[in-house]
Amino acid sequence: MKISLLDRIFLFGASLLAAYQVVVGIEGLSSFTILCYTIGFGIILVACLMIIILGFDVLENSLVVILSTVIPLSLSTGLISEFYQKHLPSYLAFAGLGLLAISITRAFLRGKVSTMVLAVVHGVAGLVIFALPIFLGLKGTVPAGFSLVGIGGALIGIGGLLLFFMRTGSQFLSRERILNLFPGLLLLTTAAFVAGFMLAKT
Amino acid sequence: MERLNQIRKQSAIRDLRLKYWPLIKSLQTGLLLSTGMAGYLSASRDPIHWLTFLSLTGSLFLAISGSTVLNMWYDRDIDVKMKRTCNRPLPKGLVTSGEVLRLGLVLSGLGVIWALALSPLYGLAVFAGLFFDIVVYTIWLKRRSAWSIVWGGISGGMPILAGRLLAAGQIDWIGLLLALAVLFWIPTHILTFNMRYFEDYRSAEVPTFPSLYGFDLTRKVIAASSVLAALAMGGASAWIGITAGALRLMVVLSAGLLLLALTTWMRPSEKVNFGLFKYSSLFMLSSMLVLAFGTL
Repeated sequence: MKISLLDRIFLFGASLLAAYQVVVGIEGLSSFTILCYTIGFGIILVACLMIIILGFDVLENSLVVILSTVIPLSLSTGLISEFYQKHLPSYLAFAGLGLLAISITRAFLRGKVSTMVLAVVHGVAGLVIFALPIFLGLKGTVPAGFSLVGIGGALIGIGGLLLFFMRTGSQFLSRERILNLFPGLLLLTTAAFVAGFMLAKT
Repeated sequence: MERLNQIRKQSAIRDLRLKYWPLIKSLQTGLLLSTGMAGYLSASRDPIHWLTFLSLTGSLFLAISGSTVLNMWYDRDIDVKMKRTCNRPLPKGLVTSGEVLRLGLVLSGLGVIWALALSPLYGLAVFAGLFFDIVVYTIWLKRRSAWSIVWGGISGGMPILAGRLLAAGQIDWIGLLLALAVLFWIPTHILTFNMRYFEDYRSAEVPTFPSLYGFDLTRKVIAASSVLAALAMGGASAWIGITAGALRLMVVLSAGLLLLALTTWMRPSEKVNFGLFKYSSLFMLSSMLVLAFGTL
């Protein structure tokens, strides 16, 4: 499917927001937290540029499954590192093993097992990104605006789901419809993340 | 009378747009110009001398445009043979070769004179870039050796070196490293082009890396030069003292370049190959923005 001008504008906007986040949005945090967020937003940035340049076909690449898992894993690890430092080693172990399991099952097993592993790892990471900022906002640990990161987490979960439907073939949504939605969704997701992090500082 | 003047004005603008503007390859000139501007900003200390900066921009624009026009004038016989270039103004007969030669000489001459007036050393660097591009690359080596791109790369690295030395007052190691980064970036840019238009270059009998060493080795050279370009650019940026955030962005953009270069090597396809060509231009432009504003 051909990429439209509007899609390019949305993707370019998302890449600019991700670049902003990498450069200034995560200043003042610990080195490890910065590393995690840089990986997450860095992948969003490069992915947007690749889609602009190579078109939607790039989403068919098997590497995309791995990279689209790294985004929620790195962002959720960053959140745990920032707010629940004592749980970091166990979460890091989960993230590392999860990524390894996805890579191995995608390479050798495929079918139901790989889908299950993918769903569990994505689900846990997505839940952390969605629930943690909202919980922290409600508790008053961070300004309420930080909850937008949770909204971003929900949106990135929807994005992951759409990509999954596209790869497996869904009866509800056609490939074209999914690709029509994807750039706008990516922009909204990145905007929610950036705004959430920005509001947390105020 | 007023109507006649208006028609003349419109016709002059159309001539400029259709006949002369394509002669300077505006995107390539813009990219090289941005390297010179970034080189200057990377070394200038507060306050920035805006008049000098504008003069640098003007002189570099004239010199780079001039060398591109002279390049087109010299290569007019091979441009006719290549599908990619046969629609340029000169092969199409929209302008005469005499006109193009005069335009190239005037633009180049003005650019070098303006540069010399700004600073003799800066003028010398601008002249060296012009000399390497026209005499060594275009006239001497382009039709004889596939290795001519090294000299094309050296001339491509001169604007950033010139820009930096104008601000710093001397040639420093950072300037040389930045020029080296551009030199390593050139193969990524040109060799992907050579592969995409392989038949064009062959029919024009211009020796290229893919025709001499094959596509496989060319892809490996592209991957290696991408790594070296990213390392040189990252090293120079860190040495300049750009902020940690700007350095992170540079690392992310470099990772994208490496990923595409490796994909070109491991899973070659026409689409990925041209994607690398586009991304490498974007990488260079973004790196220049990071260099220019990364210390703020």
